[in-house]
Amino acid sequence: MSVTLDIRLKRANKVYREGEAVAGVIVLACKEPLQHHGISLSMEGVVNLQLSSKSVGVFEAFYNSVKPIQLISSNIEVAKAGKIPGGKTEIPFEFPLHTKGNKVLYETYHGVFVNIQYSLRCDMRRSLLAKDLSRNCEFIVHCQPQKAKVAPTPVNFTITPDTLENTRERSLLPKFLIRGHLDATHCVISQPLTGEVVLENSDVPIKSIELQLVRVETCGCAEGYARDATEIQNIQIAEGDVCHGLSIPIYMVFPRLFTCPTLETTNFKVEFEVNVVIVLHDDHLITENFPLKLCRV
Amino acid sequence: MAAVQWRSRGRNYEAELQRCRPEVALVEFGDYHPLKPIMVTDTKTRHGARKGSTSSSSSSSSSVPPDPLSSMLDGTDPLSMFAAASASETPAISRSASAGDLGRKRKEKEEEAVGADFEPWSSKRGEILARFTTTEKLSINLFMGSDRGKAPSPGSSAVSEKVRTRLEELDDLEEGSQRELLNLSQQDYANRIEELNQSLKEAWASDQKVKALKIVIQCSKLLSDTSVIQFYPSKFVLITDILDTFGQLVYDRIWSMCSDPRPLPDSFTVDDVNDTAKETCLNWFFKIASIRELLPRLYVEAAILKCNRFLNKSGIQETLPRLTAMIKGIGDPLVAAYTRAYLCRVGVEVAPHLKDSLNQNFFDLLGTFRQIGGESVRKQLALQRVEAPEYLTLYSPAISWILQCIAYRAPEPLLTEMMERCKKLGNNALLLNSVMRAFRPEFVADRATDFIGMIKDCDEAGFPKHLLFGSLGRSLACADPPESERLTILNEAWKVITKVRSPRDYVNCAEIWVEFTCRHFTKREVNTILADIIKHMTPDRAFEDAYSQLQSVIRKILTYFHDFSVLFSMERFLPFLDMFQKDSVRVEVCRSIMEIFIKHQLDLTRDPVILNAMLHICKTMHDSVNALTLEDERRSLALLIIGFIRMVSFGRDFEQQLSFCVEARATFCNLEPVLVQLIHTVNQLAMETRRVMRGSHSRKTAAFVRACAAYSFITIPSLSSIFSRLSLYLLSGQVALANQCLSQADAFLKAAVSILPEVPRSISVEGKLRSSESFLLDFTNNFLAMLLVVPDHPEHGVLYLVRGLLNMVQDYTWEDNSDAKVRVYVSALPLLAAMGQETYVYSVPKVDSNETLYGGDPKFLSEINKLCETLIGQILDHLKVLGRDEGTRRQGALAFSLFGVLLAHGDLRNNKLSQLAVNLWNLSHKHGHCEPRVSVRTLEFVKHQAQQPDMSHLSDTVQRLTLQSRT
Repeated sequence: MSVTLDIRLKRANKVYREGEAVAGVIVLACKEPLQHHGISLSMEGVVNLQLSSKSVGVFEAFYNSVKPIQLISSNIEVAKAGKIPGGKTEIPFEFPLHTKGNKVLYETYHGVFVNIQYSLRCDMRRSLLAKDLSRNCEFIVHCQPQKAKVAPTPVNFTITPDTLENTRERSLLPKFLIRGHLDATHCVISQPLTGEVVLENSDVPIKSIELQLVRVETCGCAEGYARDATEIQNIQIAEGDVCHGLSIPIYMVFPRLFTCPTLETTNFKVEFEVNVVIVLHDDHLITENFPLKLCRV
Repeated sequence: MAAVQWRSRGRNYEAELQRCRPEVALVEFGDYHPLKPIMVTDTKTRHGARKGSTSSSSSSSSSVPPDPLSSMLDGTDPLSMFAAASASETPAISRSASAGDLGRKRKEKEEEAVGADFEPWSSKRGEILARFTTTEKLSINLFMGSDRGKAPSPGSSAVSEKVRTRLEELDDLEEGSQRELLNLSQQDYANRIEELNQSLKEAWASDQKVKALKIVIQCSKLLSDTSVIQFYPSKFVLITDILDTFGQLVYDRIWSMCSDPRPLPDSFTVDDVNDTAKETCLNWFFKIASIRELLPRLYVEAAILKCNRFLNKSGIQETLPRLTAMIKGIGDPLVAAYTRAYLCRVGVEVAPHLKDSLNQNFFDLLGTFRQIGGESVRKQLALQRVEAPEYLTLYSPAISWILQCIAYRAPEPLLTEMMERCKKLGNNALLLNSVMRAFRPEFVADRATDFIGMIKDCDEAGFPKHLLFGSLGRSLACADPPESERLTILNEAWKVITKVRSPRDYVNCAEIWVEFTCRHFTKREVNTILADIIKHMTPDRAFEDAYSQLQSVIRKILTYFHDFSVLFSMERFLPFLDMFQKDSVRVEVCRSIMEIFIKHQLDLTRDPVILNAMLHICKTMHDSVNALTLEDERRSLALLIIGFIRMVSFGRDFEQQLSFCVEARATFCNLEPVLVQLIHTVNQLAMETRRVMRGSHSRKTAAFVRACAAYSFITIPSLSSIFSRLSLYLLSGQVALANQCLSQADAFLKAAVSILPEVPRSISVEGKLRSSESFLLDFTNNFLAMLLVVPDHPEHGVLYLVRGLLNMVQDYTWEDNSDAKVRVYVSALPLLAAMGQETYVYSVPKVDSNETLYGGDPKFLSEINKLCETLIGQILDHLKVLGRDEGTRRQGALAFSLFGVLLAHGDLRNNKLSQLAVNLWNLSHKHGHCEPRVSVRTLEFVKHQAQQPDMSHLSDTVQRLTLQSRT
C-alpha cells in the first residue's frame, strides 16, 4: 500500500516576507483509505554555524556560539488520529511569519560556514507496523526592504604595476594599465553588478579577465571570531587578448540563495566582496578587491 | 477442286462515289455544331424523370458543360483537400509530439515574418559548409562535469592514443567524464556533432535538463577553439545548430507549461504566463548567468533569448545590447565576429524590429578591426601555416550575414552612413567586399563608380582585389548602374581583372562580369571579353580546371544573345568553344547551344555563318556518339540535330539545299534518325520543285529531281532499321513517280521487294520483342495500293512487280501457324481486280499507268485473271488445311474475308464465282465462330446492293445465304 505525502506552497517561487502568511496544501495520495495516528506540521527557521576545520581547535572555547540559532518555530496539528479516505486528499494550511520577541527573520542564505534556512515539515504518525511518513519543504524568506536608499556612487579603479601590493619582484612585472569602474559597490541584490573595465595597454597579452564573487563569513563574538573568505562564483568577462582601449562591460547577476543582503549580528557576519582578476598569459594573477554591501529594496 | 474462273466485276468509280456521298444537308448557322456548348432550353418535363443525372441536362439555361474530370470531383480535388485538412490539423497536434519538428515549423513561420525577400540563414548554411572545408585532423574536447577537468595524468601517455580514444568512447557523457576525440576527419567531426545534437534531444526527452545544458555549454565552448582555423566557419554552423535546437527545446517547454488549459496565442503577453512557467524560465536565466566562461554564457543566453518574452516585455530589448557589449570581451577577432553573427541571427529571428543592436554590433566590429592585423593573429596564422588572404575570407560569411541583417529594408541614409564608416576605416577590402555582397544590388549599382574608386584605393591587406570585383560584378548582374557610367565601369573593372594572374581566380571573376557585359553591351565588347578569357585560360591548359565557369559563361551569353547570326559573328565564340576539350563537357555545351537555337530561332535560315557554326557544333555532338552511348542519349542528340536541319532553308536555291543535305549526310552518318530526316528533306525538296514547276519539269528540274531520287536511293541502304528502309523506299518511290522518274521509282520499288526476305520475324519495339508480322502486313498492303499506278516496265513481263512481290511473299518464312501469307493473297485480289478496270480509281498526273499502256488488252486481262485464280487456289488450299487441323476459327475468319473480297470485287454473275461465295459464306458460318451482327449487316448490305442497277443477280445469291442461329 503506497502513500505519498507532499507539501505544496501556493507561491511558485516559494518566497515570503516577514508578516506574510506561508500558505499551501498538504497533499496525500493513496489508493485505499489510510489509518494514521495524527498528522502534524511544523515550521522552523534556523541559522546553522560551522567552524572551518582550521579554526576548530582555536575556538573551542566559544563552543556556545556555534550552536544553531532558532529564528522561528511553530507547530500545528493538522489532523487528529483517524482515517483518511482513498484517493487524493488536500489539506490546506497557513502559517503567519511572525517572530517572537525581538528576533529578526534573516534572509535565506546558503553558505559554507553560515546557513540560514527555513523549512516546513509534515509528519504523519502511523501504527507500529507502518513507518511514519514525513516530508520536508524549504521555503525562502526575503527580508523587509531596507529603507535607507543609497544613491549609487561609482567606484573608479586603476591598476598598474605600481598600484599592486603584495608583489615580491615588482621589477619583473610587465607594464600594463587597466582602468575601469564599478557603477556601485552598494548594490541592490536583485540587480546585477555592473561597470566596465578597459585594458588601456599591456606589454604582454592577457589571457582572461574574471569577476570573482567572494563571501566573507565571520562566526564568533567579541571575544574572538573565525573569518573565512570563500569563492561563490567566478565569471569570465573577457577571454583572450582583448582589443586595447575597448571598454568591456562588467556584468554579474548575484546568484540566488548564495547571496543575501550583507548581514551583521552579534554571533555571525555575512559579507561579500568582488575581485576583478586579470590573468596574464603566463597565468600571473592580478587582483583588485572591492568590498560590496548588498541590500534589498 | 477445279480451278475457279475469276471475273472481275466492272466498276464505275465515279458513280459509286456519287452514290456513297451522303446527301448534302444544309446546316443552319447557329443551329448545331458538334463543338458548340450543349444548350438545353426545355428540359423541365424530362427533368422530372431523370433526376439531374448530368449537370448539362439539369440546367435550364445555356451553360458550358463542365469538364467531366472536374465535375467528378465535386469542387475540391482530393489532394488539396488533404493539404487543407493537414493544415487545419497542425495546431491540434500535441506539443509534446516532437519539439524539433514543431520548432522548425514555427521557425519557418517566423522567418516569413521577416519577409520572403530576406535570404534565410538556412540557405547560407549549406553554402558555408561546402565552402569551408579542411583535410586537417580535428579534435573535440568535452569536459562534462566540473570545469577544472582532471589534467591528463602523465601515465596516460603510455597508453596509445587510439586506445585512449576508444576507452573514452566507452564512457558516456556522465558527470565528470572527459572525452577527447582526436584525429577526426571533417566528416567524422560533423557526425560527432550530430551525435551530440541527438544526445541533447535524448537527454531532454528523458528529463535530464542539467545534462542537456552541459552538452550545450561544452559544445559552445568548442567555438573558442580556433585550431584548424579554415574549418571554423563550418564548425560554427554545426554547433549553432545544436544551440538552435536547445533554444527551441527550452522555449517549447516553457510554452507548454502555459498551454494549460488552452495553448498560448502566438502574440501572448507576459500576463498570460503563469507563475510556474515564469519561475522555470527565471531559473534558466540564473543558471546560465552563472556559467563560468564567457563564450558559452554568451551563446547559450543568445540561444534562449526568445524566452525573455515569458518574463517581461522589454527583456529582449534590454538583453540584446548587453550581449552585444559583452562580445567586446572576446579576444579572438574571428570568434568575436561569428558570435556577433549568431547574435544578429537570433536577434533578427526573435525581434526583427530591433535594428539598433544590429548596427551596434557592426560598429563594434569595425572598432576591433585593427585586431585582425594584430600580433596574436599573426602568430596564430604562422603557427597554422595559413595565408592572410585565406584567413580574411573566413570572416566573410559572418560579416556578410551581419550586413545583410542590417541592410534588410534599411533606409538609404543608413546604408550611406555604413559606407562612410567603412571608408573611414581606411577602405578595408574585407569590409568593402561584405558591404557589396550584403547591400541591395540597386544600392551598389547606383554607386558603382564610387565602389570602383574605393576598391582601387583600398589597401589590399591580403584580401585579393579580384574577389572585390567579383562581388561588385554580382551586384551589377542584378541591378543596372546609371547608363552613362556603364562603359567606364566595365573598362575599370576589366583592367583589374585582366591582371589577375591565377587562372582560377581570373575565371571566377570573369565569369561574373560576363553577365554584366552581355546585359548592357553589344557583341563587340563580349567578343573582346571572350578573347581575353581565351588568352588567360589557354596557357598550360588552365581551362581544364575551369569547365564549370566556362560553361556558365556560355550559358550567360546564350541568355542574352538569341540572334544566332550575331552570336556566331563574334570571332571568338567558336575558339571559345574549342576550349572545352573534355568530351562530355563539350557535348553538354553544344547541347545547350542547340537547345537555345531550337527554342529561339524562329525563321528558316541560310546564313552561311550560322550554318557553318551550327554544323560545327552539331558535328561535335555527332562525333561524341560511340558504341557506349546510351540509346536515349543518341535519340536526344539526334533530335537536336534534326531540329537544326529543319531550320535550314535555301529558299528557291534547291540545288544548294541538296548539296547541304549531301554534306549533312556525310557529317551525321552515325545517327540514323538524322539520315531519315535528311531523306525526308530531300523528298520534300523534290516535291517542292514539282510544285514550283506546276507538275511539268523542265530538263534542268527533271535532272534535279532525279538527283534527289539518287540521293535517297543511296542513302536508304545505310539505315539499319529494316522498316524505315522499307517505308522510305516506298515513300521515295512515290515521290519519284510523282516527279515522272519512272525508272527511279521502279528501282525503289524493286529494292523494297528485294529486301523483303530480310525482314526478321520479330523486332524490338520500345525494348520489347514483338512479332513483325503486323508491320509487314501493313507494309505490303500499302505497297499493293501503290502498285496500281506503277506502269509495267517495258523490258519485263506483265505485272512484273506484283508477281515479284507475291513471289517474295510466298518464299518468305512466315511464322508457323500463321495466316499472314494468305492474308496478303486476299488483299492482292482487290488490287488485281482494280487493275482490270477500264479507268483506274486513282492515278498520278502525267504518268501513264497500265490502263493506258494496255488499254484493256484481253491478254492483259486474262493474265490478271490467271493470277487471281492461282491466288484463290492457294487460299482455298490453305482453308482446307485449316479445316483439318483445329483451326476452324481461323478458317471461318479467313473464309469470311475472302467472301467479302468476292462480293466487292468479283463478278458474281458468273455462276461458279457466286457458288464459291455461297460456299465460303457457309464455311465461315459452319462452326459458329462468326459474329452474328457482322453477318446480319453483311446480308443487309448485299440486299441493298442487289437493288442497284446491274446488280440484280445478287438477289439470287442472297437467297442462298442463310443466317445460322446460334441455338
